[in-house]
Amino acid sequence: MSGKTLFDKVWDQHVVSEIKDGPSVLYIDRHFIHEVTSPQAFDGLRKRGIGVFRPAQTIATADHNVPTIDQHLPIKDRLSRFQVQKLTENCEEFGVQFYGLGHQYQGIVHVIGPELGITQPGITIVCGDSHTSTHGAFGAVAFGIGTSEVEQVLATQCVLQRKPKRMKIEVNGPLAKGVLSKDIILYIASKISTSGATGHFIEYTGSTIRNLSMEARMTICNMSIEMGARGGMIAPDETTFEYLKGRKYAPQGEAWDKAVARWKELHTDADAVFDTSYEYDASDIVPMITYGTNPGMGIKINEAVPSAPDNVKALEYMGLTAGEQLLGKPVNHVFIGSCTNSRIEDLRLVASLVKGKQKAPNVHAMVIPGSKQVEQQAIQEGLDQILKEAGFQLRQPGCSACLGMNDDKVPAGEYCVSTSNRNFEGRQGPGARTILASPLTAAATAITGRITDVREII
Amino acid sequence: MEPITIIKSTCVPLPAENVDTDQIIPARFLKATTREGFGDNLFRDWRYDSDNNPKPSFVLNQPDYSGSILVAGKNFGCGSSREHAAWALYDFGFKVVVSSFFADIFRNNALNNGLLPIQLSEEYIQSLLAAVEDNPELEVMVDLPKQQLNVVGSDEIVSFEINPHKKSCLLKGFDDIDYLINQKDKITEFEKNRITA
Ligand code: SF4
Repeated sequence: MSGKTLFDKVWDQHVVSEIKDGPSVLYIDRHFIHEVTSPQAFDGLRKRGIGVFRPAQTIATADHNVPTIDQHLPIKDRLSRFQVQKLTENCEEFGVQFYGLGHQYQGIVHVIGPELGITQPGITIVCGDSHTSTHGAFGAVAFGIGTSEVEQVLATQCVLQRKPKRMKIEVNGPLAKGVLSKDIILYIASKISTSGATGHFIEYTGSTIRNLSMEARMTICNMSIEMGARGGMIAPDETTFEYLKGRKYAPQGEAWDKAVARWKELHTDADAVFDTSYEYDASDIVPMITYGTNPGMGIKINEAVPSAPDNVKALEYMGLTAGEQLLGKPVNHVFIGSCTNSRIEDLRLVASLVKGKQKAPNVHAMVIPGSKQVEQQAIQEGLDQILKEAGFQLRQPGCSACLGMNDDKVPAGEYCVSTSNRNFEGRQGPGARTILASPLTAAATAITGRITDVREII
Repeated sequence: MEPITIIKSTCVPLPAENVDTDQIIPARFLKATTREGFGDNLFRDWRYDSDNNPKPSFVLNQPDYSGSILVAGKNFGCGSSREHAAWALYDFGFKVVVSSFFADIFRNNALNNGLLPIQLSEEYIQSLLAAVEDNPELEVMVDLPKQQLNVVGSDEIVSFEINPHKKSCLLKGFDDIDYLINQKDKITEFEKNRITA
């Protein structure tokens, strides 16, 4: 018998039972909920007259539709206010911990889980949100679910799931200056395509991945779903333990030592077999940008827009022509934020690049911290001053222009270089044209007012 | 959930590939707290211009095409996990989506709401799309018990895969949650031996 992959080990430990020829009953250790995908699930419980089975294992926050200014005031938009109000009431009624607006722990669900130490190696995590894959950076099996499944987890702490296939993506070698983990994942997505990993759970390995910080690893795992994967994970190591140690919900004292001993077992056996494997050389990775309307449509920043029969519609939407260079193209919006790139490390990188410089007059540059804790930390470190002096607007935490559910939208037809994860049509507002990039590329672009190769200014 | 057995209907062709859930139902319409009413905003930005006038070029605005079967290009439903996408399709009146490839979360969401995702070969989808575009009155018969689909009047019958558990749920109109609630004793037992606290 061959060995087990990291994914197998964690998954198998959580199978309560298996339905013959059907899915498994999978036990869920931690469940995150937010205002958009949970109200119908709570209604379902009410209709059935049942409560939340294990309320202590569900954590709620408000992030998707919240405003990013004046969060101390009532939400102006009636529907958003009602949705957040509903979540507040549901959490009260069902005994679920809620980090709402104004709370010191509020933030984007995939940012607060790790920073509070709720996200840990070897556990299962779900959330009614496809970017739950972010938490896989800690060696957790974490994936997004629909609202019916949110209801399943609330009612029974389990979901019915079929075990996905296993994919290995290995990246080796040192990263060049100015190249970030966002570039790695945009590069991989451009190779594998937006559906190439469907039905799979990815494990990212190799020396390049090993050398990344936890924040950078989260950026990689976050975008697993952009290739269709159920999730992505990275084996826990000293970097993981170092990050978690002392965090609010991380094990303490003796329990910590025991946990670390257990976590050290979480790696793929040498003789384990993957269904699919890819290997890339970091020396081929440079700053990346997207030109189309799905995250797989990425190119190296100095490449021309490719011509392919299946990107005609995308180019039309983006107002681009095949053969055109994006480098040097004027843009009016820069969005730094989202669960992909809104952590303290991202803000530090941006601040270090823009320090002492000024944004271009044509650019509206917005920085949205991923959480209240990130915001506080940025203020403590003086990053807020640096950003302000450079003409960037540092706002309050939430999903913001990543999906345009609040007022932070990009006007129709205008370009936005964005550190988020999706460049779908209308994602940042009806008609908005999104170009995905790393925080450094975004910051450099804000300074020059044109799509810029960050390697030229650092 | 309403049971599904046999569905006979005309089809709506949507040949676009990689249709993501942001197109099916844009985020700004996700503010409702119930499951109903999302059909009005199905494919909102493809269906209406910025002044809310219907775009005549979009298939849902073309009176020739109607029916409860959507025939879509490959990788349908990629992107966000929003179940609102399945609700919107169902609320609009679709019972079946046929494609050569579905995104995982969308497939689960559809199955959990009595919307049947049928995966067939790219070749068959292309020929079906062409046939429907050629003749909007063409009817397709979906037989869930037999796991078969055919164009009415044609001898060519194609089989489709569906997980046996999901099939029986759809046939009976059962939700997964009913099944799980019956497993609570087993789940409690499992918790006692759980290593990851
Ligand atoms: S930041 Fe964007 S991708 Fe992340 S959870 Fe929020 S809406 Fe989803």
